[in-house]
Amino acid sequence: MRANCWTGKRSVEVRDVPDPTILNRRDAIVKITSTAICGSDLHLYNGFIPTMREGDVLGHEFMGEVVETGPGVDDLSVGDRVVVPFPIACGVCGACERGLTALCENSNPNAGIAEKLMGHSPAALFGYSHMLGGYPGGQAEYARVPFADFGALKVESELPDEKVLFLSDIFPTGYMGADMAEVGPGDVVAVWGCGPVGQFAIASCFLRGAERVIAIDRIDYRLRMAAETGAETLDYEQVSVPEALVEMTGGRGPDKCIDAVGMEAHHAHGAVHAYDRTKQALGLETERPHVLREAIASCANGGIVSVIGVYGGVTDKFPMGSFMNRYLTMRAGQCHVHRYMPTLLEHIRNGDIDPSFVITHRLPLGQAPEGYRTFLEKADGCEKVVLTP
Amino acid sequence: MTTTGTGSSRSNGTAGLVAGLGVFSLALGAAEVASPGVVARLAGVRDPGPTGRATTMLYGVRELVHGAGILGGRRKATWVRTRIAGDVLDIATVVAGAARSGASPTRLGLTLAALAGVTATDVAAARRLSQESDDGECRATAAITVNRSRGEAYRHWRNLEHLPEFMAHLRTVRVDPSGRSHWEASGPAGTTVRWDAEMTTDREDEEISWRSVAGADVENAGTVRFRDAAGGRGTEIVVDLRYRPPGGSTGAAVATLLGEEPNQQLRDDLRRFKQVLEIGEVVRSGGSPSGQSTRQQLAQRPAQPVA
Repeated sequence: MRANCWTGKRSVEVRDVPDPTILNRRDAIVKITSTAICGSDLHLYNGFIPTMREGDVLGHEFMGEVVETGPGVDDLSVGDRVVVPFPIACGVCGACERGLTALCENSNPNAGIAEKLMGHSPAALFGYSHMLGGYPGGQAEYARVPFADFGALKVESELPDEKVLFLSDIFPTGYMGADMAEVGPGDVVAVWGCGPVGQFAIASCFLRGAERVIAIDRIDYRLRMAAETGAETLDYEQVSVPEALVEMTGGRGPDKCIDAVGMEAHHAHGAVHAYDRTKQALGLETERPHVLREAIASCANGGIVSVIGVYGGVTDKFPMGSFMNRYLTMRAGQCHVHRYMPTLLEHIRNGDIDPSFVITHRLPLGQAPEGYRTFLEKADGCEKVVLTP
Repeated sequence: MTTTGTGSSRSNGTAGLVAGLGVFSLALGAAEVASPGVVARLAGVRDPGPTGRATTMLYGVRELVHGAGILGGRRKATWVRTRIAGDVLDIATVVAGAARSGASPTRLGLTLAALAGVTATDVAAARRLSQESDDGECRATAAITVNRSRGEAYRHWRNLEHLPEFMAHLRTVRVDPSGRSHWEASGPAGTTVRWDAEMTTDREDEEISWRSVAGADVENAGTVRFRDAAGGRGTEIVVDLRYRPPGGSTGAAVATLLGEEPNQQLRDDLRRFKQVLEIGEVVRSGGSPSGQSTRQQLAQRPAQPVA
């Protein structure tokens, strides 16, 4: 089959690879109908996530049709249309029982590597490095889906791919950003980053009854998209974000702050950016944590900082004093997609939200390399690329 | 392993000797760094020159590292061995330097005698340290929580013939009617090692201990304990293995270099045990098609479907 493979820093290539087969009893093989490039794929593309190997099949946002099931899968049949969550989760370990499927204790055969870097291993993810499992991803014609009886969500055929595809990652991830921040009626929320995950975080805040959402980015079209969802916007290259947030919230700061940027943040001030970029390049820190620092400093006393942007390792100049003395709470995590999928599917069915609003580019799988470039360069108004095998 | 009365007084003696070596390294290192020219002349070099001084200063930094390692480090025997390597280097340097630049024979002789004495002390200290801390026995421990009852976890382990299904090194375990078990495992470099073992403790749902009997290729003993995890989260399983690898501690060090770090190996085995109990089989991926394995984690296939 054809699959989009990581071939080195800033390089991907669509190659012929073997077709997937059933390796475990609860596997299913899915013929992929739609797949997407995620912002977190750009961290891989830029070479910031360790333990990638040449030839790794990328992609963790995909859906399709079941074409084969293992002997342990009894609630899926050939022909079922499914959306696949990006974390791989067994459904029976302690973490899965508590709904923490991004922390499944059984899915990562390379847990030993992840433990060395992080202390304990989280769940494996599709197409996202060897320390997170070494599972081939879904930017391909077919994918093997482990624990398909627990993971794959069946969807009826009336809903087109474009409305349900993002249940695999970015919609639940944005939603979990709002959930971890306990966003509710009356809240003022600031969201850093208006990429696809940021857009879904903004939309989710409104779904949960937030009164005001302030969206922060520097790219025109991304801020416009956020404004269309109902957010007030700040261009961090035009204004000082901390000052603007103080002014917009009567001096209190936003009640909730969501970091939808992660390890590759930019900073309006060249010197600050250069400081972290240099340390990152030298391997002295893996992150450029401008957004995290700004979110903590800006958050209202007693507020919650929620981190859904991806971080990889260690960070520098973490404002612990501000965090501790002002009774802040921080929550962070890869999304427990399984837990949110049914509720969010219900929102889509009810017409509360149409997730396809983020799609700006539709390309055949063969043009994946072009899709990565366009998305990275934010060229041509690129917000979200959907690939069709 | 156990310490007797006389053993501990000998042990105190070694500790004093080793600390002395550490302080000596620091003092010599500080002198070499602060006044390289003076030290070089004392060692018999008539005119050290800039290169001589730079070399002496570098060696001083090296001494400081030895000293800090011996006094502050955890593996004192290893740090003392680095001193022996340093001694050899010093002797070679002094001899080469003397041959090149011409040295006062008296001073050179005294220097070499002093170096030889220091080397002998280092060797003695290293030997005493390794005799005390290393009798060739290795130990591995690991723990895991399995979302199953104590009884279920115990019973699966108690049937020793199940062990190869999750312990990567084991090929077969056969139990004969007398209760004695026959084990076959893959050893280093494709070899096969065999031993017979007997169960020394068997407390239902709590503990199983075993040890190899005379004639084992790899002498070993182990204990696995089962206890309830707090909050009804299943069973905590704690394994403690002791064994004498072929080739002693050197063999074990080589194995670690080859990706066979014993604690990680055991932890990976326990993860397989958890998978077998919780989901009925070992989980596989494109990068690790045979599942959890320490060696495989170092030698990953690309994350592509397995042909």
